[in-house]
Amino acid sequence: MSSFLPPADRIWWKVPVGRQEIVWISIALVWCLIMFFMMPYWHVYGKQNLSSEAYQTNAEKFGASVETFVEKYQTRIDEQSGIPVVTPPAGSDIYMLGRLWQWYPILELEKDKTYRLHLGSMDWNHGFSLQPVNINLQVVPGYEMVIKITPDQAGEYTVVCNEFCGIGHHTMVGKIYVKEN
Amino acid sequence: MAKFRVCPDSGFYFDKSAESLMKVNAVAGAVFLLIAGILALGVILTRWQEVHLLPADLFYQVLTAHGINALIFWVIFFEIAILYFASSTLLRSRLAAPGWAWAGFALMIIGAVMNNVAVLQGNSSVMMTSYVPMQAAPHFYLGLILFAVGALIGCFVFLGTLVIAKDDQTYQGSVPLVTFGALTACIIAIFTIASGAIILFPTFLWSIGYINHIDAEMYRIIWWALGHSSQQINVAAHVSVWYLIIGILFNARPMSEKVSRFAFLLYIFFLQLASAHHILVDPGVSTEWKIFNTSYAMYLAVLASMIHGLTVPGAMEVAQRGKGYTKGLFEWLRKAPWGNPVFSGFFFALVIFGFIGGITGVVMGTEQINLIIHNTIYVPAHFHATVAVGTTLTFMALTYLLIPVLFRRALFLPWVAKMQPYVFAGGMTIMILFLLGAGTLGVSRRHWDMDFTGAALSFEYPGTAYMMMAVGGIGGVLGVLGGAMYLVVTVGSLLFGKKLEPSAGLFQSFGVPLAASAYNIDQPDQLQMAPKLAVEEHGSGGFEAPGTFVLALALLVCFVVYYAINWDYLASVWPMG
Ligand SMILES: [Cu+2]
Repeated sequence: MSSFLPPADRIWWKVPVGRQEIVWISIALVWCLIMFFMMPYWHVYGKQNLSSEAYQTNAEKFGASVETFVEKYQTRIDEQSGIPVVTPPAGSDIYMLGRLWQWYPILELEKDKTYRLHLGSMDWNHGFSLQPVNINLQVVPGYEMVIKITPDQAGEYTVVCNEFCGIGHHTMVGKIYVKEN
Repeated sequence: MAKFRVCPDSGFYFDKSAESLMKVNAVAGAVFLLIAGILALGVILTRWQEVHLLPADLFYQVLTAHGINALIFWVIFFEIAILYFASSTLLRSRLAAPGWAWAGFALMIIGAVMNNVAVLQGNSSVMMTSYVPMQAAPHFYLGLILFAVGALIGCFVFLGTLVIAKDDQTYQGSVPLVTFGALTACIIAIFTIASGAIILFPTFLWSIGYINHIDAEMYRIIWWALGHSSQQINVAAHVSVWYLIIGILFNARPMSEKVSRFAFLLYIFFLQLASAHHILVDPGVSTEWKIFNTSYAMYLAVLASMIHGLTVPGAMEVAQRGKGYTKGLFEWLRKAPWGNPVFSGFFFALVIFGFIGGITGVVMGTEQINLIIHNTIYVPAHFHATVAVGTTLTFMALTYLLIPVLFRRALFLPWVAKMQPYVFAGGMTIMILFLLGAGTLGVSRRHWDMDFTGAALSFEYPGTAYMMMAVGGIGGVLGVLGGAMYLVVTVGSLLFGKKLEPSAGLFQSFGVPLAASAYNIDQPDQLQMAPKLAVEEHGSGGFEAPGTFVLALALLVCFVVYYAINWDYLASVWPMG
């Protein structure tokens, strides 16, 4: 009579299945399919998706792109941290790098404009965690990831590192400012 | 010739060598659970910001060791014991190659100790995931490799035992459902260990300087074929144990052998996918692969879990109704033995695994929703529902069953055992729910200081996040207390529990067999097929377990609502593409 004995019927796979299980399996299967198709649906109709645009790179190459970007659009230096604040033109390619233990540079963006954000790491894995919006991306060394973002609210946003990156991990804080246009 | 003893209380036959191996593996598991539990306290009391107990370096060291001891060593040692039980004991067969099984056990011990020593020495605080290019000491990786090889030997001993049982015709018909489930766990384990070898071996070579570069993204993708699948061994194992427990406690039979086995088969085919759960927001991974992998093809492994979610309590309900508990929808459940920790532990594990662990897992594993969850403390909250409650509490419940049967000792402090599942499940549920909340507010996992002390730029989480981490901390401390109660009962029973067999002594717990005279059976009688039911009864309109069906629908409603809420939350964040 039990689950830990050999099945009561030698040909157990021919025993008909009860109605209750059939009904439940059908409901569950429909739900599984709905969840499955939600993902491609959101790619077509949703606004929050991740592109798979990425390039292999290295610290030297990516660091140089970020430096060029900073030199071109730097508007001031943040007094508190000494990190340059960069104000790129609306709709342009923007860069941010993670390294032990800093997000660099600070970005100043315009509300409702779409930017192509290039993210990369100079050393270990880092986690780009934009607060308080709570958008989280993995930043992997050797890869330059490109995401289109459209900040739709003005304000001060913080980039926390949420991938463990050593003893100073908790001091790795960056900023993105979004201005009304 | 193998010698067996029969347990007079349960009727199980124990092969002498298999019995010793089950005992040492289970005890080793409990020792690593003890270590993991003590470390858990350090983690909880540091993340509870008002307490903030440990300094940063010690915190990361403790967190690394906690993760590995709890998620790898404790569960896998215990699972090896389950594999031997599900093959040798349930099939009444001698164990294949006990010498190899001991060698495997020795390797697992050496590996686990070596890895712990590496972390203790302080240069390997790389977290369980040890993402390259952050580097640990070579013996950190070597320890894991040795442990994996040992576990692999255990898997082959299990498979060998199945072959011997079949050749010797120790049972009639097909293997029992529980053994079939254990076979599922074993197959997933072999896949997992193979992935582990593919990535950990080169990483070990890299740590001693033979390889100079390992691609960081490739590491993550292959490592997670190990890391995620290893947790699926737990799922297959603890679901098998659920079937075992309802069989022993209620004499329940599966509602349908075909359906339950089909669900296990879906696990074999699809459960070792989903490594993408951890790389949904990684650079350069294609969308199609992410969608296919993260959903286990088309959520077919989720379907399998939803099936077990119906058939496990359903089988119990049918058995209870057969005993006359037929009033209303839930008399079968109300009149269940709630004071028996085997039952309460099993049932809490089932409910928390399904309602919290399962639902949060699917939600955060949805490709786009992962954007608002990845690497927040929501993630550990989820896997504490699946592993720390689903698997661990199930194994705890099974221990209460094994102490008299396998170790031949009565439970020590039975009233503590009776309360233990309530304290553990209660504390863990509080912790899990509040950490889920804190994760939704953006609090990071694996993070020493949510105040960001010493950072050049400042940021403050909302007060609610602090409150949630604090309440979560209180829940966690309660959970550790529940874990301590389990260990007090277990260790106490092995040392001071009343002997149910005159020769059951202290060393018996550590692998020494009972007195030779106890093993007086050369080969047990052939295991017969379960008796057929006199009448095939299918309740009202074929709904044999209406109470369970209502519970299953409740699960579905929670699932749908929570899923929708998260899409809605996602829709509110910055558009991206
Ligand atoms: Cu970092």
